[in-house]
Amino acid sequence: MVTGTRAAVGIASRGSIGRDRRRALFWSYFFLAVFVIFFLTPPVYMLITSLKTSAEISAATSPWWVFSPTLANYVELLTSSTYLTFFRNSALVALLVVAITMLISIPAAFALSRMRFWGSATLATGVFLTYLIPDTLLFIPLFKIFAFVREATGIELLDRWWLLVIVYPTLTIPFCTWIMIGYFSSIPKELDEAALIDGAGYFQLLTRIFLPVALPGVIAATIFAFTVSWAQFLYPMAFTTSADQLVLPVGIVTTLIKGDVFNWGQIMTGALLGALPPLVIYAFLMDYYIAGLTAGATKG
Amino acid sequence: MARVTLRKVVKRYDETLAVRGIDLDILDKEFVVLVGPSGCGKSTTLRMIAGLEDITDGEIIIDGETVNDVPPKDRDIAMVFQNYALYPHMTVYENMSFGLRLRRAPKEEIRTRVQDAAAILGIGELLERKPKQLSGGQRQRVAMGRAIVRDPKVFLFDEPLSNLDAKLRVQMRTEIKRVHQKVRTTTIYVTHDQIEAMTLADRVVVMNGGVIEQVGTPDELYHAPATRFVAEFIGSPAMNLVPCHLVETSSGLGLHLDDNLVLPVPADRIRRYQPYAGKSLLFGLRPEYMVERRVHTGPHQFDFEVLLEVIEPMGMDTFVHFLVNGMDVCARVNASAGARAGQRFTLCADLDHLHLIEHDSGKVL
Amino acid sequence: MRSTTEARAQASPPVRRRAARLPAFASRKSTIALGMTLPLILIIGVLVLYPAGYAFYLALLSKSMDRFVGLANFDFLFRRETFWMVVKQSVIFAVSAVLFKALIGFLVAHCVHNVPARGQRKWRGMLLVPWVIPPAMSTLAWLWLFDPSYSAFNWLIQHAGGEGVPWLGDPYWARFAVILVNVWVGAPFFMIMYLAALKSVPEQLYEAAAIDGANWWQKLWYVTLPMMRNIIAITALFSLIVTFANFDIVRVLTNGGPVDQTHVFATWAFKLGIEGNDIPLGACVSLFMVPILAIAAIFILRDINRRGTEA
Ligand SMILES: Nc1ncnc2c1ncn2[C@@H]1O[C@H](COP(=O)(O)OP(=O)(O)OP(=O)(O)O)[C@@H](O)[C@H]1O
Ligand SMILES: [Mg+2]
Repeated sequence: MVTGTRAAVGIASRGSIGRDRRRALFWSYFFLAVFVIFFLTPPVYMLITSLKTSAEISAATSPWWVFSPTLANYVELLTSSTYLTFFRNSALVALLVVAITMLISIPAAFALSRMRFWGSATLATGVFLTYLIPDTLLFIPLFKIFAFVREATGIELLDRWWLLVIVYPTLTIPFCTWIMIGYFSSIPKELDEAALIDGAGYFQLLTRIFLPVALPGVIAATIFAFTVSWAQFLYPMAFTTSADQLVLPVGIVTTLIKGDVFNWGQIMTGALLGALPPLVIYAFLMDYYIAGLTAGATKG
Repeated sequence: MARVTLRKVVKRYDETLAVRGIDLDILDKEFVVLVGPSGCGKSTTLRMIAGLEDITDGEIIIDGETVNDVPPKDRDIAMVFQNYALYPHMTVYENMSFGLRLRRAPKEEIRTRVQDAAAILGIGELLERKPKQLSGGQRQRVAMGRAIVRDPKVFLFDEPLSNLDAKLRVQMRTEIKRVHQKVRTTTIYVTHDQIEAMTLADRVVVMNGGVIEQVGTPDELYHAPATRFVAEFIGSPAMNLVPCHLVETSSGLGLHLDDNLVLPVPADRIRRYQPYAGKSLLFGLRPEYMVERRVHTGPHQFDFEVLLEVIEPMGMDTFVHFLVNGMDVCARVNASAGARAGQRFTLCADLDHLHLIEHDSGKVL
Repeated sequence: MRSTTEARAQASPPVRRRAARLPAFASRKSTIALGMTLPLILIIGVLVLYPAGYAFYLALLSKSMDRFVGLANFDFLFRRETFWMVVKQSVIFAVSAVLFKALIGFLVAHCVHNVPARGQRKWRGMLLVPWVIPPAMSTLAWLWLFDPSYSAFNWLIQHAGGEGVPWLGDPYWARFAVILVNVWVGAPFFMIMYLAALKSVPEQLYEAAAIDGANWWQKLWYVTLPMMRNIIAITALFSLIVTFANFDIVRVLTNGGPVDQTHVFATWAFKLGIEGNDIPLGACVSLFMVPILAIAAIFILRDINRRGTEA
């Protein structure tokens, strides 16, 4: 009798917990569905439009469905030398910026996290603060500085894609240095000491111990540097104008939109293809991508 | 293999003096243990020998060479850390061979040396594993293996066993001793565990507050501590210390502990203690030398009766606690002696082993 | 063991005598360290700090930049109605966007946290997509969704019996649109930060609260929020900086229109400085971002220092 009552109580209470839990689950799934629709509508709509002909786009049929799918937009863009130039410029800029960023920020982070020297703590904080200075504050003085360099030395910087390789690191290095400092600092001090006793110099300590151990951080920083370079819009908008010097975002916005004639099929195709590299990286390295995102505020 | 000498070594961190002038001479092949309470400067001393900390003042000599300005890698030492500090991205083999690879030793030789060391430690099976796949004891062995492979002049250990559970600690302690007997490398070992110190060391260095209290064999420290600190620190349970008056009695000297307990000073110590007659001192006697009443086997055994307060059976022996002059005193009696809490009990003290300590200087007289 | 000993004699190089005294050795270390940080210092100095300072100087010049005019540019701005409109719009834009990003991020993070663990990765993966796409590209999709004649939203509304909305043609709807797109881009970031914070709240706290009889609302108020306070604050501050300085979305979606009603500081500065060739005036406008950025930076710095001392 006693056990029977207890069992009944157990079931009853479990039942009520279960009902609460079920209701919470229902609403969770409901909101998740709503927001997934909200969040994915634009990219899906890009895909839908990119598969349409111009005729279908301007037809009165439902814009949310493709009645006669075609890859014509893709073929056209991928054979257009202008678009491929944008793509090449973007890729070159992004890869070079990643290389420069890593070459500068990893040694700096190593020195700042391990080789205390006069002013190193201040410098570490200062690096983080410069990350908070936005590009929108700097593009006008930079523009003027580059124009001035031309006047003074005759070296043309403006309207050259490689100028972006010089400028973008200012956007990537502070943050990458900051998160690498975080990763390096989490390596136990004894590990360096063991390596030091084993006979490693600073360079070997960095390349043979720190980099392999902090590899997740290096990957996260690389992803960050790449995606920032790939997505940057203001600097190329301000500093480059000739069609053969443009990178993807600016190229699509300025050349595919010609006056009032919007060729939306091609614009959407171009934008989708342009969004592809970061999306692919994200799909394959999601955990590193997210680690890099959250590192800024949760580490250090 | 080498001799290590410290001369007036001082270490200052900004405002704290961590090590205040240490003189120490460690002989070739010797196993020396630095022991002392937390924060007494053991690790700092060891790290200065390793070259991981700069020396504020003084001199460190390894194998006849002053190494003050020699970076760690050129001192030809190996160190085992408390958290092992194994390189997480390398296999056991790579961990053990890292130092040799950095020195560009021939591949073949690296292999034989790693295998030799692995054989000594019984970790031949683990060579391809990563540190993450090892148990605490195995990591400990690998860390030691890394040191052995290098075949350095000096081994340095910084509390290598304190991350292990109690049972494994005892096991690894034996292991370390075995390895030392095999490779006979000069070893400096830091611990705060006095049992570890006593069992491992050829000589123990007791440190306190940045200075050396006493250097000696485990036996010397146990039987002839030089200071109150050493007397209290070495031995478990700790030596009983009770304030007393050294008084002159009809038959020589007596130790007045409280009104109903006056212990006679053994005749052979009277000359030594005579100058302190009339002073108030600390009386020290280890629990082991207070036992249940038995047939006297020596001339200086003394029976007295106490009121037992707490009984702690330990199996073979029982610790009994009672109060003398308001101080808790512990004695170690046979389990079958029938000690009961709250009862009176007669104990027999072996006064040959007593110590008298000066209050102010903490010196053992 | 003997063989090992002999091998050592050959393998390890003889200990070299260091002639250098300790100070020299120590200073060598800091020289190396300085060498390793020098490129960083240079690039920040030349391409961030110097231009930032230069902006202040530029703001004091005449349009042709041959004359020093003091605060005349500021004076000029203060008299223009457009300027005050931009100030207002920037503030409305940043504050409301951050607020909605924070709310949506919080809600969605909770929902993800609520569902069974094995599904969480999938949901999180889909929900972060807006943040991954370069904003200039995704804003193009929004621009197309808002198209005056072919708006896919209007098509839905009309088929549901409603009336089409002039998304980007009407000032109020245009303001709504830029905020909407900004929230769309930024909410996933909040979601991911909050999710990380939620995961770091120890489960025992909720169990203890449940045993104390707390309902879900009390758990949220007394357990979750206090534990997440730091992350919420820092994420909001970060986002405030980024949103306040936003350029891409407004530029692509409305380019400030209709009639400058949706300009924020960055886009207006671009229009005046780069397109209008009045660099000093553009610099002047962009400088108005500094106070809010400085305030946010101070708060963030305080948080970092506090965490530094706690660690
Ligand atoms: N890097 C440092 N900066 C400042 N003070 C230090 C530093 N390292 C150690 N100290 C101080 O020096 C003293 C000795 O420290 P040490 O690490 O040698 O102690 P220890 O005997 O090894 O103690 P433990 O058993 O806790 O390891 C302590 O008071 C400690 O606070
Ligand atoms: Mg220590």
